[in-house]
Amino acid sequence: MNAAHEDNVYDGLADDHGDTHWAFGTGFEDGGAEITAPLPAGVDRADLAEYCLMLGDDALVYSQRLAEWVSNAPELEEEVALANTALDLLGQARVLLARSAHVEGAGRDEDQLAYWRTDAEFRNVALAELGNNGDFGKAIAQLLVFSSWRLALLHKLRGSADPVLAAVAVKGVKELTYHRDYAARWALRLGDGTDESHRRMSAALDWVWPRVAELFRTSDVERRLAAAGVAVDPAETQAEVDEVLDEVLRRATLSRPQRPPAGTIGGRSGRQGVHTEALGRVLAEMQSLARQHPEATW
Amino acid sequence: MVSTSTELIDPAAVVATVVDPEMPMLTLADLGVVRRVESEGDAVTVTITPTYSGCPALDEMRADLRAALAAAGYRRVEVRTVFSPAWSTDWITEDGRRKLAEAGVAPPGRAPQRPGAGPIPLTLDAPTAAGVRCPHCGAPGTEELSRFGPTACTELRRCPACREPFEHMKEI
Repeated sequence: MNAAHEDNVYDGLADDHGDTHWAFGTGFEDGGAEITAPLPAGVDRADLAEYCLMLGDDALVYSQRLAEWVSNAPELEEEVALANTALDLLGQARVLLARSAHVEGAGRDEDQLAYWRTDAEFRNVALAELGNNGDFGKAIAQLLVFSSWRLALLHKLRGSADPVLAAVAVKGVKELTYHRDYAARWALRLGDGTDESHRRMSAALDWVWPRVAELFRTSDVERRLAAAGVAVDPAETQAEVDEVLDEVLRRATLSRPQRPPAGTIGGRSGRQGVHTEALGRVLAEMQSLARQHPEATW
Repeated sequence: MVSTSTELIDPAAVVATVVDPEMPMLTLADLGVVRRVESEGDAVTVTITPTYSGCPALDEMRADLRAALAAAGYRRVEVRTVFSPAWSTDWITEDGRRKLAEAGVAPPGRAPQRPGAGPIPLTLDAPTAAGVRCPHCGAPGTEELSRFGPTACTELRRCPACREPFEHMKEI
């Protein structure tokens, strides 16, 4: 019955599969059996929904930024690598947003969270939303920092009392290990390459560095949930991330940028819904189709 | 016409015929993504696990499983997805490994074992040792072209002996 796929995958599009179409859109009716697992005892519903949004939005927004490289990367291999990385993160985002929607219990689903929130309702860190404007060095610097941090975070999250967070973490660690190695090897090639590549990799690190401090800043939600054994206090990832980045920079003959952290607004930043103007542009592109055709499935 | 459960083919045998949409040389069972098949009468529940979080083939897997079981006479088919325990390439069967190699895809080695809570070490140098053999000529010492391939599960390599590029299924 699957002979058509062996000859030509596009033949599969013509198969009668009811309302599902391979390779198009979402419309997945089953996000995973664990999504509906009961809340861990003693955990505040709103806190858990918010924390799932934080980790989900980091992955969702950054996967959109990575996807901008599709058809724009310097080589086909890099395009495939960045697209695969984006796809892994999108997969993590979908589970986390679905869990957030379920825990919230207000009848929303992952698509409503992705397409119908305004920028102030997103909870991602600024690092995830930065546009690298087609500069491959910046893309590598951003991916190096993001993947080093998220790998350290998910590695500690494997023991979460929430079964969905734990499952995403165990799977995500395997994926992020590849993402971090990819970014680190490119940082080496560029940093320890020609004078020009060294200069540009160095400039890219300068560009991303003011956004690093936010990664280790603990929000009230994270503090409460970390105490309950559900979340990871991001401050506890700093030593490991520093060590990884220092090793990469040393091998790449690059030095740690001396750039002050970007400011907050009254102590509020991405986790509290305060974003740079870059997020609005990401969302405009990501949400416009769904908002023009609100009831459409495809 | 199928009217009673005794006339139905074992659902596990039906599931065993369904192939992976992206690597059709493998059945889903070869790939190790089928976790459980449970049935009662003409109702069957298949539990699968995705290879990667964002695996785009998951929806197609579900549709193919449903179509195969419906064609075999099962009226109520549910395909559930579970994320835990996370899929590992160690779950690919021996048969699956042989089929991959025959199709020119180098099968994965043992997945990295990382016991304990220590941080995951960086791998800054591409492994060049004899680890992955060329699926075409069998030569060792193949080189990595890209850690990411045309599907989420594969990477691109090249054989220095026969000069052929090939895909290798990454160990996870």
